[in-house]
Amino acid sequence: MNKNKKFLLLTVLAVFSLVLAACGFGGGDSSSKPKDEGKDSGSTEETTSSGGELNVVVASEPPSLHPALATDTTSGVILTNTFEGLTTLDADARPVAAAAESWEVSEDLKTYTFKLRDAKWSNGDPVVASDFEYAWKWALNPDNLSEYASILYSIKGAAAYNNGEGSADDVGVKAEDEKTLVVTLENPTPYFLELTAFKTYAPLNQKVVEGNDEWYTDAGENFVTNGPFVLDEWRHNDTIVLKKNPEYWDADKVALDTVNIGMVESEATAVTMFKGGEIDYLGAPFQTVALDAIDGFKADGTLNINDQASVYWYKLNTKDKITGNANIRKALALALDRQGLIDNITKGEQKPALGMVPTAVHGFEEDRGYYKDNDIEGAKAALEAGMKELGITNPADVKINLSYNTSEAHAAIAQYVQEGWTKNLGITVSLDNSEWQVYLEKLNQLDYQVGRMGWVGDYNDAYTFLEMYDTAANGNNDTGWENAEYKKLLDQSNTEADPAKRLELLKQAESIAVSEFPVVPIYYYTNLSVIQDYVKDMKADILGNISLKEVKVEK
Amino acid sequence: MIKYILKRLMYILLALFVIVTVTFFLMRLAPGSPFASERNFPPQIEEKLNETYGLNNPWYIQYKDYLIDTATFNFGESMKYKARSTNDMISESFPVSLTLGIEAMLLAIGFGILIGVVSALYHNKFPDYLATSFAVLFISVPSFILAGLMQYFLAFKLGWFPISGWKGFQYSILPALAIALTHMGFIAKLTRSSMLEQNNSDYVKMARAKGIGRWTIVFRHTLRNALLPVVTYLGPLTAGVVTGSFIVEQIFAIPGLGKHFVQSITNRDYTVIMGTTVFFSIILLFAVLIVDILYSVIDPRIKLKGAKK
Repeated sequence: MNKNKKFLLLTVLAVFSLVLAACGFGGGDSSSKPKDEGKDSGSTEETTSSGGELNVVVASEPPSLHPALATDTTSGVILTNTFEGLTTLDADARPVAAAAESWEVSEDLKTYTFKLRDAKWSNGDPVVASDFEYAWKWALNPDNLSEYASILYSIKGAAAYNNGEGSADDVGVKAEDEKTLVVTLENPTPYFLELTAFKTYAPLNQKVVEGNDEWYTDAGENFVTNGPFVLDEWRHNDTIVLKKNPEYWDADKVALDTVNIGMVESEATAVTMFKGGEIDYLGAPFQTVALDAIDGFKADGTLNINDQASVYWYKLNTKDKITGNANIRKALALALDRQGLIDNITKGEQKPALGMVPTAVHGFEEDRGYYKDNDIEGAKAALEAGMKELGITNPADVKINLSYNTSEAHAAIAQYVQEGWTKNLGITVSLDNSEWQVYLEKLNQLDYQVGRMGWVGDYNDAYTFLEMYDTAANGNNDTGWENAEYKKLLDQSNTEADPAKRLELLKQAESIAVSEFPVVPIYYYTNLSVIQDYVKDMKADILGNISLKEVKVEK
Repeated sequence: MIKYILKRLMYILLALFVIVTVTFFLMRLAPGSPFASERNFPPQIEEKLNETYGLNNPWYIQYKDYLIDTATFNFGESMKYKARSTNDMISESFPVSLTLGIEAMLLAIGFGILIGVVSALYHNKFPDYLATSFAVLFISVPSFILAGLMQYFLAFKLGWFPISGWKGFQYSILPALAIALTHMGFIAKLTRSSMLEQNNSDYVKMARAKGIGRWTIVFRHTLRNALLPVVTYLGPLTAGVVTGSFIVEQIFAIPGLGKHFVQSITNRDYTVIMGTTVFFSIILLFAVLIVDILYSVIDPRIKLKGAKK
């Protein structure tokens, strides 16, 4: 037995030491390091830059760093800084020339001819027009399962190809020569240049990625980019390191040498890291500033607040017995103290939402005056009318179930709203919390009465906020509401070439939806962030993107 | 012994089969889909996605495919993390959790037994009260609170350790401690009570009467017998700590396996759910088996038999 025991002890020890030696720390980094970092070719550029290293954290591992497959913010923030589309958005989210040097638009606004500048991929290949044609058709190819392909539907024939009804040859994008890309649109689309800055519109280096299905899953020689930064290292679930791209056409303007992006899921940890000086920026779109840290940052004057083109709203199920009544919906919309909610609960100086399109969107800045915030009298009158129509005499019999998905903030907001509705209208409000996936299914199946949702604009135009309610069948509608007049106005706006008239049509559409209350907008989001004072020129645009191209770290 | 182990291996296979089956059906019963998101995409793409991952097939075909995949340890690609295989995800994150887990185990077992022995030796005296109080405190305060407190005071305020991350040994100390403390408390209590029991037995009294020193008695005689309950606890403990603690890994931003266990379920990432479940089950079942084998080593009275008497 003694012999046995010694043997066992030795084995256990051997296994332990083997294991400890084998795993080490930061597991597997050697394999994910690029074999050829291409540093030699970039040495001259590197000496001209002022240098600098930026440390930030994101909330999670980016699910996909393929421009045509990414759907989430975390992937988006890395793609924004590694890939460059024909245009890019400036600080006001207006499109400016990027991979394209210039463009011409035909009279009917349906044909765009882009001239590409002399730019290179990070491996030295020239960026050519066919890289764009290839990338867009790749995204539209239904076999490639791009969940965001529909953002390319403004292009002629794109929807048909993606639906499996048309062919790639009929898609309105063609590389005339190496430097000329001609795009034909289905309709005049005034925000098309904004769209070309979106990640799904980014080019792919056809030579490198074709036939190499996993090029985007790890850093390395296959991860070729044409933006200001290259993906230098990707330790899954741990860290991403971006390095300045020496081949980038505008590399002189890029000040940062390195961007270290840690993955820190816990918002509280991120706050501690910021306070401890381990990270230089905390806030959207990287990682959210924790709700309970906001007051502290506000008190010491370090919290930055920027407008954002996104809205927090309650959707109302118009197929339900109670919320199917327009007057009841109106009562709920009016009896909401949005300003109180913002001051007491969300605390980020959000703007009370009294329309569907955020005031950060171009052309929608002014107050459209659809209704007043916290209009109790109006709400009571509407409730009265609604109860009459439904044959209810006691307001307590108006039973509203308010649904939200699991989150501290959503719960706090729902409780605030519940209290307001109960107190001001005397109706019965219950709360219903479910886990995210269950919640989405409930909304999709119209198995709810009132439910929360947020919506961030994909591009800087009102259409991205209005389009989802065009028909009840739209997958994003979730309210069962539709209105022929509304749909007609949206369709008209699509073929209207005069921007001012088009804006008018969209506002008319908004006024129809707002007067029937399939949604109750609550607030327009703001972007909250805290930045160390040695970081310069780092600010999110209204779509919540941050370009790191001109960010400087001066310490 | 061999017969016994073979029999146990059969049971393990049977248990795995049951686990895979139950997980499969629970997964399918839960509402939601791996592709659902705030923003809907064209129905034809969803259709294609379902087709690609075989989610359009009737349940018995999917079940059969799962059984085959599980038997060959091929869990396929994650449905959330594009083009990343479940096996890669496990093999990247497991070493991290394993390192952390082993550190936590060594701390928990080493200090747990030490505290337990000390408090048994000084039964009803000050060191006993002190040790028992600590043990109770460690058991009752949840690990995420301890983790948060240690992070705030030891890392942020005092700057003794890094706040979070996984870049070297010093990064592992606080999280390992956070995982270890609860178990340390348990082991201390188990050791203490079984030591006290042994102390009242005849052979200890005999040894004392012979004038053998008290530490010698502990190490020569009592401890070995007292450790049996602790060893029982080691099986599930090993499986639990080496496969990662979700909450501690989350607080310290450690790229371990714990998060895949939890997040794959939130994401309805079916392939990863199956992969991590099977992986965890195997570790748990084998840890229990090894503990049972260890029994016979520690206590020769226990005989392992494969067949009935």
